[in-house]
Amino acid sequence: MSMGKSLPHDAAPLHVTGQARYVDDIPLPGNALHLAFGLSTIAHGDVTALDLSAVRAAPGVVAVYGPDDFDEVPDCSPSAHDEPLISTGAVFYLGMPLFLVAATSHLAARKAARLAKVSYDERPALLTVDDALAANSRFEDGPVIWTKGDAARAIDTAPHKVEGRFEVGGQEHFYLEGQVAACLPLEGGDLLVHSSTQHPSEIQHKVAHALHLPMSAVRVEVRRMGGGFGGKESQGNALAIACAVVATRTGRPAKMRYDRDDDMMITGKRHDLRILYRAGFDAQGKLTGVEFTHLFRCGWAQDLSLPVADRAMLHADNCYHLPDIRIESHRLKTHTQSATAFRGFGGPQGMVGIERVMDHVAHVLGRDPLEVRRVNFYAAMVGEALPGDRADVAESAPDRPPVDDEIDLTSRGALAAAPGGASPPGPPEDIFRQKMGAGKQTTPFFMPVEDFIGHELVAALVQSSDYAARRAAIAAWNATSPVLKRGIALTPVKFGISFTLTHLNQAGALVHVYQDGSIHLNHGGTEMGQGLFQKVAQVAAGVFGVDPGQVKITATDTAKVPNTSATAASSGSDLNGMAAQAACVTIRDRMAAFVAGKHQVKPEAVRFEDGMVKVAGEVYDFARVAMWAYQARVSLSSTGFYATPKLQWDRKAGKGRPFLYFAYGAAVTEVVIDTLTGENRILRADLLHDTGNSLNPALDIGQIEGAYVQGAGWLTTEELVWDGKGRLTTHAPSTYKIPACSDRPDVFNVALWGRPNREETVGRSKAVGEPPFMLGISALYALSDAVAACGPGYPALDAPATAERVLAAVGRVRGDV
Amino acid sequence: MSQIAFHLNGAPVRVSDEAPDRTLLDWLRETRGLTGTKEGCNEGDCGACTVMVTDATGSRALNACILFLPQLDGKAVRTVEGIAGPEGQPHPVQQAMIDHHGAQCGFCTPGFIVSMATAHLNGATDHDDQLAGNLCRCTGYAPIIRAAQAAETAPVPDWMKTDRDIFRPQISQGGEGEARGGAEPPLPGFRPRTSDELAAWYQANPEATLIAGATDVGLWVTKQLRALSPVAFLSGVTDLQQIEDQGDTIRIGAGVTIAALRHALAPRFPSLGELLRRYSSEQVRNAATIGGNIANGSPIGDGPPALIALGAVLHLRRGDVRRKMALEDFFIEYRKQDRQPGEFVEAVTIPAYAPDLRCYKLSKRFDQDISAVCGCFNLETVDGVITSARIAFGGMAGTPKRAAAVEATLIGKPMTPEMADAAAALMAQDFTPLSDMRASSAYRLQTAQNMLRRYVHDLAGVPVSVLEVRA
Repeated sequence: MSMGKSLPHDAAPLHVTGQARYVDDIPLPGNALHLAFGLSTIAHGDVTALDLSAVRAAPGVVAVYGPDDFDEVPDCSPSAHDEPLISTGAVFYLGMPLFLVAATSHLAARKAARLAKVSYDERPALLTVDDALAANSRFEDGPVIWTKGDAARAIDTAPHKVEGRFEVGGQEHFYLEGQVAACLPLEGGDLLVHSSTQHPSEIQHKVAHALHLPMSAVRVEVRRMGGGFGGKESQGNALAIACAVVATRTGRPAKMRYDRDDDMMITGKRHDLRILYRAGFDAQGKLTGVEFTHLFRCGWAQDLSLPVADRAMLHADNCYHLPDIRIESHRLKTHTQSATAFRGFGGPQGMVGIERVMDHVAHVLGRDPLEVRRVNFYAAMVGEALPGDRADVAESAPDRPPVDDEIDLTSRGALAAAPGGASPPGPPEDIFRQKMGAGKQTTPFFMPVEDFIGHELVAALVQSSDYAARRAAIAAWNATSPVLKRGIALTPVKFGISFTLTHLNQAGALVHVYQDGSIHLNHGGTEMGQGLFQKVAQVAAGVFGVDPGQVKITATDTAKVPNTSATAASSGSDLNGMAAQAACVTIRDRMAAFVAGKHQVKPEAVRFEDGMVKVAGEVYDFARVAMWAYQARVSLSSTGFYATPKLQWDRKAGKGRPFLYFAYGAAVTEVVIDTLTGENRILRADLLHDTGNSLNPALDIGQIEGAYVQGAGWLTTEELVWDGKGRLTTHAPSTYKIPACSDRPDVFNVALWGRPNREETVGRSKAVGEPPFMLGISALYALSDAVAACGPGYPALDAPATAERVLAAVGRVRGDV
Repeated sequence: MSQIAFHLNGAPVRVSDEAPDRTLLDWLRETRGLTGTKEGCNEGDCGACTVMVTDATGSRALNACILFLPQLDGKAVRTVEGIAGPEGQPHPVQQAMIDHHGAQCGFCTPGFIVSMATAHLNGATDHDDQLAGNLCRCTGYAPIIRAAQAAETAPVPDWMKTDRDIFRPQISQGGEGEARGGAEPPLPGFRPRTSDELAAWYQANPEATLIAGATDVGLWVTKQLRALSPVAFLSGVTDLQQIEDQGDTIRIGAGVTIAALRHALAPRFPSLGELLRRYSSEQVRNAATIGGNIANGSPIGDGPPALIALGAVLHLRRGDVRRKMALEDFFIEYRKQDRQPGEFVEAVTIPAYAPDLRCYKLSKRFDQDISAVCGCFNLETVDGVITSARIAFGGMAGTPKRAAAVEATLIGKPMTPEMADAAAALMAQDFTPLSDMRASSAYRLQTAQNMLRRYVHDLAGVPVSVLEVRA
């Protein structure tokens, strides 16, 4: 069985020899043009004069396009049609593209793009949460508010209360391969686009829309990305559209890649936000009520901000049963880069908030934060069927939003963009309570928590990490160390799996078996390093009983599998694995029926294993059976399709079942800080993570390790700094510091929980892309623990916890300020 | 016609009529179609473009994005395409990276492979330092380090030795520049062999840009998109690359790389050695020179604060005229130095002993980052009383600068925590630091003060470095 094997990444031999081909490596005809944007140097205002004469005259320049060169400037938005390819006159952030240069080399285009003479009528820019709140500058009419129970009353009547304010920074994706696209003009105006994108169908849709072509005239191919992390879900649209426009107008191939500084100045990042919280609790630390206010800084355009902020609300509970909760979410519009998808998609922002509450509550009570966390856990419900028929709930799902050709249905921003496309109201709360069973635990959005494994998982991690003894040893060490202090924290993760825009939970695949027995696999998922292609190939090989090496992995291609969803929301293997499996089963069943017919047995009696087809005592090579089937005129090609079951979600009301299941994990991090400078580092991390029956344990462990380091980076060294004029001053790796090699924990223990998903996912596996990112939250609270060792006050540590913020927190707990 | 010659993946190549500011990375990818070497940042900070360059002094990893073609003249370059054997046999680090799942998206992988293969060739096993200049966003590094460790004991493949074997100091024919008078049009890419040649030419061409490692000038080209002309490449000036032990002093030629400096000084000045270990990355330390570090006048370069604390003397030369000064006097104000047109840094001399020198680098990330504050302390005590004080900071002013008021207060006082508290207060007289993306003004001042406290703890044997704590 190939599923569950720790095979290397399918492209590993190509990666290590430099042969793996990325978009910028694809040879183009010699007349190809290279593109660059000229960027605004103010954050808000109007362009009063755009003199491009020097740009046009620069060496190597072939064409320059300003807003006057378009009847209608193409839109790049995945949601609200509010992102023109280049400014149409109004400037909304510093770094906004103003014009497009096409030149004979990348360097020539970059040089020319700096030669424009631009005059502005500059206006004050809204740069911060406070600026936007004061101006009531926001997306949607007002905050989204979800309530369950009566949080205010529960807090006011609680024996203990805390409240606080928590600033959480954003995060640059820093995919090593920057944004890039290339477009080849084909005959009859058709286009072939190579794009480094997580969302080929979106590229296809946006390019077709920009050029008024049917989607069938645009083919998008993606072999691999050099990292995505959500940053290539929508941010590649502009480059692909620019290439398509230039290719169409000049008849020459066009390629665009952002220089790293341009990439960081132009594209969106993880949303930063301020979290205000108030909680009431008892002497054990059990929360009786909690209120959150999320103040998201969304930037200048809507992009995917609404579903991102939704997902933060959907993870405001994390692993904790909160019967009385109110969440108020503001999506603020500012004159900065448009914040976008980033691994976790708002989930980390929601989760880090409730973990702050747990940390704060524990500090007030003088208890181990882990004990407070456990007191608040959802009850274990393994294996217990809930009263109420879930199928009935699914049947009550609202119809799809009305289709409008202006709506980009393939994007996660689609629902919010749809005029009048708000979901019909879902069932009222009392119906949910009735269906789920009164007294049964549900999330703040009334989804029953049926699969909570936090108790056993955390108990196992406490033991394997030796948490209790280390915590005691750290306290003893701190008592004798005047300058350096250590800290330790365990934080859990519960992450919901499925797109919250329900219709995106579908996938297609296309599989061919050739007459020589070789297998060609294609599906709608994209490869960005996560090993999706290998995992799906293992699924396919498992169906046919052949070696995975016999399955040819091919580039994602909108001409092979249409209408795909982004490879996002951790859904890649769940969706595409099932679709591929369905395609393979269809072909295998045809082959089985054919062989069974020859041997006068039932098709079920035919076995595909060990590269052989076994029937009635006979054993044939798989290739031989493929040849016979071909000769017998049996179709050896099939599509496959999958739609996630059981989903029903009303985002306006904040009620329903947006997720098929939850993925769980927990992490223990130990840190040391320097109380003179705030310098800090991670000494050890122990991770235990739930991937169900792993499709490939080695690849899953790789995802978990990498996600943890990325998550810890978000909360420690990765600091985005804008100056008072809205200029991002950390726009290159010289100033923006992702974790380097020595920043990984000295001791780094990673284990898989290893029990099957109770839902019927592919091989009973669980999604792994995003959930372990939030294991990195334990690093922030380990730092909080270390700071708390310096004095009686609460650290109230903001993120990222740079050395500067840690030192400030040390001063705070000592009462220095 | 200008021409340079070098070996590329074992085969000789000649390159004619390329602009002297053409980077190796662009040439490899755009002209040679060798697309295995990647562009991640184009400023020497991510390592995706790492190549191995060999000359008579050895093989080292360098960033191809900020390496100009003329710098390669007479050397041997090996890219990721040249790391596997001639029959496609995987190099041990390649096989280990596959076996240990060290590549995910794969885009940083070629750079890692070259860094790892170079370290493997050199027998280096300090993997965190060897790979500090290679960023990976996918793996979290753990599997890469496991791979590097797994490959440690494998023998160096024969093909990896060939660059040294084939290396000839004079591959180039006609590529060497000639000294020219000021009347002639400047020849792009002047390449002197001696400091005398350099002195004469630079005096005649004072507007020229001198390029040693190009770790800073490279960014003038790749990021500021500036045109450089004329230029002189100093890597052939071997008499500037010497470190001389002169008994009580050590003379360090301006062309000594940070890597060579670290190697020479770490045994004698361990704290300075640690500072140099954290000076950028392996790739940059292999290229950057101490002369460039001084001459570019950065307020945050880590060399000058340490050298000033040591009491370094700077040697300048213009034509045949030489002068010297205390290093701190060289830095006048932000990016302005006491250097005449046509004058260049020839060497710096430091005392041979400074047992209580301590260097503290504070940055957002430990490795491969620019200091927010770099504080270097060199106090001498007799019977517990401070008799001499040299304290210099980077990041606290427009130039590297001594803490004069603090120093004056300390002289004649006992070295105690109380004294450190009292003296630290005077930092505010010495410095009014800026706020920027690395740190706020208040934080810089507070940590500068705390570094003095740390120094006292440090000399007393109290653990003060989070880098020395183990789980």
